[in-house]
Amino acid sequence: MRLARLLYVGWAFNLKSLTLSGFFIIVSIISPVIFASIAYLMFRAGARPGSLLFVAIGAGMMGIWSSVLFGGGGAIAWQRWQGTLEYCIAVPPPFIWVVLPLTIATATIGLYSLTATLVWGWLFFDVPFELAHPAWFAVALPVSVLALGLLGLVLASTFVLYRHANALSNLLEYPIWLVTGLLTGLALLPGWTRPLSWVLAPTWGVKALREAAIGGDPAFAVAMCLVLGAAYLVIGHFCLGYFERLAREKATLTLA
Amino acid sequence: MNSFRVFFVGGYLAYRALFTWLRPSIYVPTMLGGPVFQILFFAYIGRYANLRNDEFFVVGNAVQASALAGIFGMAMTIGGERWTQTLSPLLATPANRIALFLGRALPLVANGVLVSAFGFAVGWALLDFELSAGEIPAIALVVVVSSFACTALGLMTGAVGLRARDVFFLANLVALLLLLFCGVNVPLDSLPDWMQTVAKGLPLTHGIQAAREIAAGASLADVSGLVLTEAAIGLVYALVAYVLLRFFEADGRRRATLETI
Repeated sequence: MRLARLLYVGWAFNLKSLTLSGFFIIVSIISPVIFASIAYLMFRAGARPGSLLFVAIGAGMMGIWSSVLFGGGGAIAWQRWQGTLEYCIAVPPPFIWVVLPLTIATATIGLYSLTATLVWGWLFFDVPFELAHPAWFAVALPVSVLALGLLGLVLASTFVLYRHANALSNLLEYPIWLVTGLLTGLALLPGWTRPLSWVLAPTWGVKALREAAIGGDPAFAVAMCLVLGAAYLVIGHFCLGYFERLAREKATLTLA
Repeated sequence: MNSFRVFFVGGYLAYRALFTWLRPSIYVPTMLGGPVFQILFFAYIGRYANLRNDEFFVVGNAVQASALAGIFGMAMTIGGERWTQTLSPLLATPANRIALFLGRALPLVANGVLVSAFGFAVGWALLDFELSAGEIPAIALVVVVSSFACTALGLMTGAVGLRARDVFFLANLVALLLLLFCGVNVPLDSLPDWMQTVAKGLPLTHGIQAAREIAAGASLADVSGLVLTEAAIGLVYALVAYVLLRFFEADGRRRATLETI
């Protein structure tokens, strides 16, 4: 019960905090809408018909990934800059239960992206929004957000070892959009990128949402999100433990 | 003589400070890695959407890459001064303002050209894109002019940063709008009419158009009108930026808001 309260309060607090950030408004609303507009115009001018809902969902997932990348990747660094990292580690609950709500909140903020791109597309680009499997869509959405939030936990616990995590986040935005096929077909990409896409939650998240919205069987993609999410939780647990021990040993917790 | 020192030494130091003393661990992922993946990303969308060939996207995005340093760099030099609480001492100096701010712009123009050249090289290495040796000088000139025009827009954004607290928000917005409006990835004639009209007044639009024509075989003389238009647009933005800088500096002194974070 205490754990549930901790997770809920941490998630709600961080969600409110991120919603007030100008940077996250750019990342989760303005940027996805502009990328969606570019993609709508590209697909409209191109010769591939009937792809606009595909684009809207892909552009929304791009925003979720960006939120997770910048929010999750910088989660621990932000606590450090604000001088609250020591308190987060010193409190009785394990550190992972303090960081997890933050990374889930960054993925949740990404829901603004999906909403924004769908509404924007419907208003200005005549994107139809008729769901083939509404129930599956209602399942796929939170599962995708959860999986990406747990991926954020891995980013939070590994990026912290790299002093310039922001630079790493700048680097990783486009490549993940590309290899997870958010706006392109995975079949177009070189074969060596395929295993990379399999272990990244956005691949399965966007597949689940598209198959639920446009048609297909999203069950496998939803299951993959859950499996990957569990794997990310285990990896994040070990990486955070390693980081915490390293920082305590070297007394570098407060060093920005 | 002092203005020359402010221009060159001040500009150099401000540029290094921009990257927290120009570490490769920040510079490479931010300035080289990001634009390269941007080129690949849009080239693959172009293939998937059956829109245009790789050359269209390599040229568009490589020229656009020259904008990033100018826009973010100029915005951040002023935003960074505010953040580190050095804006007031800086503006308290009697240094020539043109030398002070244009000195900061010059390394960013050079940086934009370098990033763009890297983008072209990666496009040539990884995608279906060719550029003959004879076309390189003309493309290089176009990139220099485009980079200057974008840096002038960045200077204007930075000038607003003397008044607005969150100049980074504005810089991000400006960079995204350039990507949408300037025909970087969408052919200009496929944009709605009102967007085409806006695009004509923005940096990059004419530069990208000129670079695409050169890559398709046109000579520099053929695109001289486009290049001169791009340069003129840059000059206008630089002039407006200077006026805004002086205005907001005086306003900031009067309102005592130069140190507000």
